[in-house]
Amino acid sequence: MTLLQLRGIGMDYGAICALAEVDFSVAQGEIVGLIGDNGAGKSTLVKIIAGNFPPSRGKMRFDGHEVRFRRPEDARNAGIEVVYQDLALADNLSSAANLYLGRELQWRIGGLSIMDHAAMRRRAEQLFAELKSDTRPDALVRTLSGGQRQAVAIARTRLAAAKLVVLDEPTASISVRQVSEVLDLIRRMRDHGQAVIFVSHTLLHIFAVADRIAVLRRGRKVADKPSAATSPEEVTALITGAIEEA
Amino acid sequence: MARDENLPTLRAWLRPTWWRRSMPQTQTAYVALAFAALVIVVWMLAPVFMTPRNLLNISKNFSFIAVMSLGETLVIISGGIDLSVGSVCALTAVVTMMLMRFFSATAVVNVPGATIVLAAILALALASLIGFVNGLLIAGLRLSPFVTTLGMLSIARGMTYVLTQGRAQYPVGPDIALFTRLTNGAVLGLPPQLVYLLVIAIIMALALRQLVWGRHLYAVGGNMQAAALTGVRVPRILISVYTLSGVAAGFSGVLIAGWLGAAPANLASGYELRVIAAAVIGGANLAGGVGGAAGAVIGAALIEVIRNGFVLIGANTYWEEVFVGVVIVLAMLVDQIRTRRLF
Repeated sequence: MTLLQLRGIGMDYGAICALAEVDFSVAQGEIVGLIGDNGAGKSTLVKIIAGNFPPSRGKMRFDGHEVRFRRPEDARNAGIEVVYQDLALADNLSSAANLYLGRELQWRIGGLSIMDHAAMRRRAEQLFAELKSDTRPDALVRTLSGGQRQAVAIARTRLAAAKLVVLDEPTASISVRQVSEVLDLIRRMRDHGQAVIFVSHTLLHIFAVADRIAVLRRGRKVADKPSAATSPEEVTALITGAIEEA
Repeated sequence: MARDENLPTLRAWLRPTWWRRSMPQTQTAYVALAFAALVIVVWMLAPVFMTPRNLLNISKNFSFIAVMSLGETLVIISGGIDLSVGSVCALTAVVTMMLMRFFSATAVVNVPGATIVLAAILALALASLIGFVNGLLIAGLRLSPFVTTLGMLSIARGMTYVLTQGRAQYPVGPDIALFTRLTNGAVLGLPPQLVYLLVIAIIMALALRQLVWGRHLYAVGGNMQAAALTGVRVPRILISVYTLSGVAAGFSGVLIAGWLGAAPANLASGYELRVIAAAVIGGANLAGGVGGAAGAVIGAALIEVIRNGFVLIGANTYWEEVFVGVVIVLAMLVDQIRTRRLF
């Protein structure tokens, strides 16, 4: 079932056309790799999906409804979460605290909101176990590895019961050893029924997990096909423009 | 990549050994240890240190600074700084005295305790308003905390001189005895300042640990952008800490006025630096996101024991400031060593 559907989405910044008539869709439980060179329109597309700004043209359907996001909260309320490359985490707090930041489990007693530390800790432990991550709920985020930090950010989206998660360059700033850990996390998100848009520069990582690959070049979508039906060579050629379209 | 390759060996080398594991984990714990060591040294050099009279004296002196330091610590956790505490302390003190005089000339004079209670409440409302304005400027208009509160330091001190024309204010009216009892008497044999301080510190420690507000405050200090992204209402948190810092400074001002039996216009001038020093020695990190109530209290106590120690030992007291400065730098050094694991 199609979860997200974009039709003829375009975006202009003044006279500059950043995105031209892009059709793009994501099905439930599908991992779509979104790829393209710098300035190809990836981040513009992601920002439109995340609700940072509405598109200049085109229509967007999500979960069976016509949607028009004006603010990130609109997208979040609809069930779309974005995990940014610089991972919005507070280094000085524990992983459980970050997981629940902004939605702490609490008792309300006479105007005071008292945190339920034990419940948050328990649930955090559960979530990390589900993701098969070795992240400890009490560990300060400062002390975590890049992979574990990704696990915290991704677990946040599970907590929000997001239907669609956009991962912006999740493997960009971590060591080679942790990449497979993060790729496993992404597969597990799919196994739990979440749809994932995986934005990356690294073809190897996209091909390792994506069911489908969409390639953007100069604001246009130049390819959109199952990853089994294409190859890193073809995608590279599409990104650079050696092949016009496929 | 080369750096990554080296990391495992480095990690292995830094793996906690028994002596490292058994070391305290927080800056506050180190400072508590340093405090205990200092107390023992001063005690050995000047046995008079441990007499009840001297301890009583110390606990009074440091309570004023510590109360302000608690408020300052909240601001520092948020990643800001409040330079206006000394001035707010003085303004609140003189306004309390002036309102006490005012109410003594009205009908409320007939209600026992009313003049001082009303005066103190209104003066504290003024202190919280000043803190609120600080917070509003910093959170709403995104002005720098340093410059904003530096301006407020000048405004509040200036207003203190304008209101008093530079003359000291004294408690007036029927409630002088009550005022003295509340600020300079004894509660369960302890000085009231110390009791207030401990009660406020315990409430603050609980609030920081148990309330969602506390969690959000640490998040704002640790990563303001992340906090905002996750739905933490950052402006609210910032305004709350500057307001509380104003109230703490004001409360300290009322206590000092009662203890001195007067509120001179130059009261608490320069205290902001002692207050910040106490907070920082106690483990509050000016970069934000780190600090606590116990640290502020211990930091303030440490500075006071140094001051007291210099006097008791009969050392040249001009060296006292130098020593306090060295302690501040040492505290930072310990923090660096601890967090970066330089050894």
